[in-house]
Amino acid sequence: MAQTLAQKILQAHTDEEIRSDGQIVQCRVSLVLANDITGPLAIKSFRGMGAKRVFDKDKIALVMDHFTPQKDIDSANQVLISRQFAEEQQITHYYEGGDCGVEHTLLPEQGLVAPGDLVIGADSHTCTYGGIGAFATGMGSTDIAAGMALGETWIKVPPTIRVEYEGVLPRWLRAKDLMLMLIGRIGVDGALYKALEFGGSVIDTLSVEGRLTMANMAIEAGGKVGLFAVDATTRAYCAAHNRPDVQLELAADPGAPYEQTVRFDVTDAEPVVACPHLPSNVKPVSEVKDTPIQQVVIGSCTNGRISDMRDAAEVLRGRKVDRKVRCIILPSTPTVWKQCLKEGLMEVFMDAGCIVGPCTCGPCLGGHTGILGDNERAVTTTNRNFKGRMGSLSSEIYLASPVVAAASAIAGMVAGPDML
Amino acid sequence: MNYKGKAHKVGEHIDTDAIIPARFLVTSDPVKLGENCMSGLEPDWVKRVSPGDIMVAGRNFGCGSSREHAPIAILGAGMPVVIGHSFARIFYRNAFNMGLLLLEVGDEVDKIADGDSLDIDAAAGVIRDLSNGAEITCPPLPASMAAILAKGGLVNYVKERLQ
Repeated sequence: MAQTLAQKILQAHTDEEIRSDGQIVQCRVSLVLANDITGPLAIKSFRGMGAKRVFDKDKIALVMDHFTPQKDIDSANQVLISRQFAEEQQITHYYEGGDCGVEHTLLPEQGLVAPGDLVIGADSHTCTYGGIGAFATGMGSTDIAAGMALGETWIKVPPTIRVEYEGVLPRWLRAKDLMLMLIGRIGVDGALYKALEFGGSVIDTLSVEGRLTMANMAIEAGGKVGLFAVDATTRAYCAAHNRPDVQLELAADPGAPYEQTVRFDVTDAEPVVACPHLPSNVKPVSEVKDTPIQQVVIGSCTNGRISDMRDAAEVLRGRKVDRKVRCIILPSTPTVWKQCLKEGLMEVFMDAGCIVGPCTCGPCLGGHTGILGDNERAVTTTNRNFKGRMGSLSSEIYLASPVVAAASAIAGMVAGPDML
Repeated sequence: MNYKGKAHKVGEHIDTDAIIPARFLVTSDPVKLGENCMSGLEPDWVKRVSPGDIMVAGRNFGCGSSREHAPIAILGAGMPVVIGHSFARIFYRNAFNMGLLLLEVGDEVDKIADGDSLDIDAAAGVIRDLSNGAEITCPPLPASMAAILAKGGLVNYVKERLQ
């Protein structure tokens, strides 16, 4: 029987024979993830279950990234709970200090996730790892506690929507635009309970970092996972990120059963933004240009990787951020930060008048390091523009790629790099 | 299980930042979370709720983050059931794991108006709107969810398995 990527990966992690979508199967997990917000609740549930030891101390990752560096006493105390648990259980992959970064950038970068893995994480953007061909999905803390105790979880085999991008990628079009275009087309529940599977000639030549950006936002269409085939590009990325052992080649079978196929020709597409207050409210930049803004955030698990930093620097080089705008740049891991230094990008950011901050989720979820006041407006490279997400209930968020965010910082209003 | 309470209607795509904004996620205490339930939608929204009341939502309720604090906040605010057109998938799992009952009814949800008195027979899968006489039948729960609910949530379910 011809199979989708989702069916193939799940089949490799279960003893039950997968016959159809909708079937519920018990699966072995490759890695279980939690962060400083969801970890303490998972630990509480873990103890409530009467569990004594985690199923495998090398297959748990605890990343204290959301409020790092701890923003107040309560959030610091949450981290203490996780740290004590990590020490007690001798968790190998515990990140809190100078080696800590935004979890979904950090894990693939450190080689903790590999193609073909099944990863569950107490964070909705766990789906990011679909970018390297891992079936990775977000769950709540108690599901994660069960995963930490048992090394297993139940998963309903999702039907798959195939998404194909063809044509020639225009100069300023980025992975973020490709994903926002999809969410704009199918809506924030267009892939509810389903898998997204990406393909087409544009995807074949897309970098792994771009694929991670796209998979990251599968959840913004309601999706369970966003999956990419494992090809030579994936294997080269893994080899450069602590996983020279990865040999897997993985693609959907010809004739695999798709519920629906969505097609894009990108040749004439222009960069887009998702306007307030839903990621599906997608418009070409030219339609909303001239909207005044007070903040820009470039970073997050969606767009905080080195290619994103290079993109931002390309636009910011030799230019000045508008004086009415706070342009906050948060490289999402220490490795990315250091690479920015090496390449001289930090100097570009500082010369342009940006604020460069630590590796944190911070402002993306309205945590800290960049909160919006009443009626303020931001262009950000993050993944959600829900009402009040970044601060005041009257503030507004426009989601965009790093090139559009950087251009907007310079213009002081929503703008594309070709409009400067 | 039977539930009786007043309906509080909310719209489509209510996200977890609306249910419980991230700035309140420095605790997992149901009472503290309950005090701020839905404050991302409207300040003091929760003041309209009496214990036992029922949330009634449009399409894709609970979209966004994986925070289990969302169903905990709803339970903490005193609402044991959410009736919805449809639910986001992570929220769906979380709710049952926490012991919050979700009833997915599709377009039938439009039969309920804000403030209506509802009477729910969860075992029979019937919602009665006592204010307008409407009756809504819910599809049966998936077996996996029913098994978890029967044990009072996932914690007890796993506890039994580990013994």
